[in-house]
Amino acid sequence: MGLLDQKFGQGGIIVTKVDDVINWARLSSMWPMGFGLACCAIEMMSTYASGYDLDRFGVIPRASPRQSDVMIVAGTVTFKMADRVRRLYEQMPEPRYVISMGSCSNCGGPYWEHGYHVVKGVDRIIPVDVYVPGCPPRPEALIGGFLKLQQKIREETLMAPTAIEKLLSKENEEVA
Amino acid sequence: MTTEEIVEILEAESKTGSILGIDEESTPTAILVEPESILNVCKILFEKEELFFDLLECITGLDNGVEENTLEVIYHLYSVPFDHKIALKVKLERGDKSNTARIESVTSLWKAADWMERETYDLLGIHFENHPDLRRILLPADWKGHPLRKDYSDEEYYHGIKILY
Repeated sequence: MGLLDQKFGQGGIIVTKVDDVINWARLSSMWPMGFGLACCAIEMMSTYASGYDLDRFGVIPRASPRQSDVMIVAGTVTFKMADRVRRLYEQMPEPRYVISMGSCSNCGGPYWEHGYHVVKGVDRIIPVDVYVPGCPPRPEALIGGFLKLQQKIREETLMAPTAIEKLLSKENEEVA
Repeated sequence: MTTEEIVEILEAESKTGSILGIDEESTPTAILVEPESILNVCKILFEKEELFFDLLECITGLDNGVEENTLEVIYHLYSVPFDHKIALKVKLERGDKSNTARIESVTSLWKAADWMERETYDLLGIHFENHPDLRRILLPADWKGHPLRKDYSDEEYYHGIKILY
């Protein structure tokens, strides 16, 4: 049949690094989990919609944590919701990323002092990659958060896994 | 129908001492009711043909603080066919752990009272007697304390998460 060699003959070959291919694939299809907690979610929805069109970055909300790469914590995290947020995060396959959107999920926002029911920052429950400030942040800011996350993913490498290196250096510090 | 006329009917129909007075300051004008007779008074307001308060608009809970040592429950009533409004105010002892603040539930008259009484119980710890399902409605079931009480203080942790900033 000779289909394969014909393809190669016509299309040519691209030579690249494994890291670059994997990172490019990951950062071009960051699928967030389709869930929102408060008013930030309204702003997030308008970012998905045609006006700002997050789809042009390959960002499409998924209806299940098992199909998602990114969790956008858009809104106030209450203690009642905290257990659920943590469970949803644990159900996401790795590599997984978290964008904390808005003051409430960054640090408790206006509830920081008297909010008996508000978790003062979602980073008390799950690790956060990008913090987007604002109350609520404009769609441009959320897009900025995604670009920041893309930049972060672009710098990842299989050969020197930074997370493990960080852990090792911590252990070394403790020994010393 | 004016508040005075409503109070006149109530005083004629209910036990003596169940109406404590009128609060002109509040909107709508409030009738102060003795806690033991709240269900009886509500029953008259609901069933009496010329009153017919068929809509329970709102139940409010209030903590007057440790110094006054009282809690309040405020009922807002409205009659759809007659277009008249009234509020009922009930003052309760704040109580302590062994003797919690109690008041009769009005769910037997208005189904709408169910969730509103649950919310008042959840946030202020007022027990509504003969309520069909008195559980917390907003806070998680294992939450400790009633946060809108003036003397409420935060726990240190909830499910291993630090509460204070």
